[in-house]
Amino acid sequence: MTRPQPEPVQVVKQRRDAALKALVDAVPYINYLGVQFDRRGDELTAVLPFDEKLIGNPLLPAIHGGVTAAFLEITSVITLSWAYLWEDIESGAIDPDAMAAGNLPRLPKTIDFTVDYLRSGLPRDAYARAVVSRSGRRYASVHVEAWQDHVSKRFAQATGHFLMPRDKA
Amino acid sequence: MVDKAKFARQFIEAIPHSRALGMRLTDIGNGSAEITMEYDERFVGDPKTGVIHGGAVSALMDTCCGAAVMSHPDAPAGTATIDLRIDYMRAATPGQAITTRATCYHITRSVAFVRATATDENSDTPVATASGAFTVEGR
Repeated sequence: MTRPQPEPVQVVKQRRDAALKALVDAVPYINYLGVQFDRRGDELTAVLPFDEKLIGNPLLPAIHGGVTAAFLEITSVITLSWAYLWEDIESGAIDPDAMAAGNLPRLPKTIDFTVDYLRSGLPRDAYARAVVSRSGRRYASVHVEAWQDHVSKRFAQATGHFLMPRDKA
Repeated sequence: MVDKAKFARQFIEAIPHSRALGMRLTDIGNGSAEITMEYDERFVGDPKTGVIHGGAVSALMDTCCGAAVMSHPDAPAGTATIDLRIDYMRAATPGQAITTRATCYHITRSVAFVRATATDENSDTPVATASGAFTVEGR
C-alpha cells in the first residue's frame, strides 16, 4: 500500500504566504497604517511598526486611540477572514494568484466593535492577536488583544461582531 | 468658555494622526464637537466597493468624542478614552466626506460620557454611532 506523498514544505508555505499577502495587500487602509502580519501555521500576529503619524497625544507622546481601534479591527477582520478562507486556500478552491490580481472573495463586515483602552500606547511597535470566539453561518464574534513590550501587559483589547458573507464568490 | 474651545481646537489640530487623516474641526464648544474627514482612497477598507475602512471611522469618532469632552465647561484639561463602542449601520458612500458630531452628555469628577453619530453627505441615516467613557484629567 502506498501512501500519498506529503506536499513539499515550500509549496505549502508559498501558497499560504501568497494568500495572506494578497488578502492584506488588497486593503489600502492596512497599507496606509503599515500593519503587517506574521504567520505561524494558521496563527496570525499583527504588527504595527511605530510611526510619527500614529501619534494622538503629542504631549505624552501616545499612539492615537483611533489608531489602536483601527489596528485591533484590522487584526480582527483579517484573522476572521483567514479562518473563514483557510479550507478553500488549502484545497485549492481559492487561487492566491487570482486573489493578488484583485479577484478577492467577499469578506466579513463589522457590525459593532468595542475597544477597552487599558494603558496608553507608547511610541513603539505594537502587536495584536485575535481569537474567533464563534463563527456561525451569518454572524461571528471575535476577541482581540494588543500589547507592546510585554505580552502579559496588554494596552488595549476589543470585542467585535461581524456579518459573514452569504457566499464566497 | 471661548478660551476652552480655543484650547481644544488647538490641541485637536496639533494631533499628528488627525492631521494625517485630514480631519477638519468645523464646530466646538460646550461639550459638543463636529469633525469632517474628506474621502481619501488611502483609507479604503473594501477595494471592491471603495468603502472607507471602519478603522478610519473609529479614529474620527475617537477624536471627535475627545474634542467634545475637552470643550465641556466642567472638564479641566486633557482626556483619554476608557472605552468606545462603535456600531456600523451602513457602508459610507464612496467619494463622500464623513462628518461626526459628538456630545458629552454627562460628566463627573472622573468620567465623561459621550455619544457620537457619523453621517456622509446623505445625512438622513447615520453611517455609524458611537458611545464611550473618557477620563477627566487634571483635577
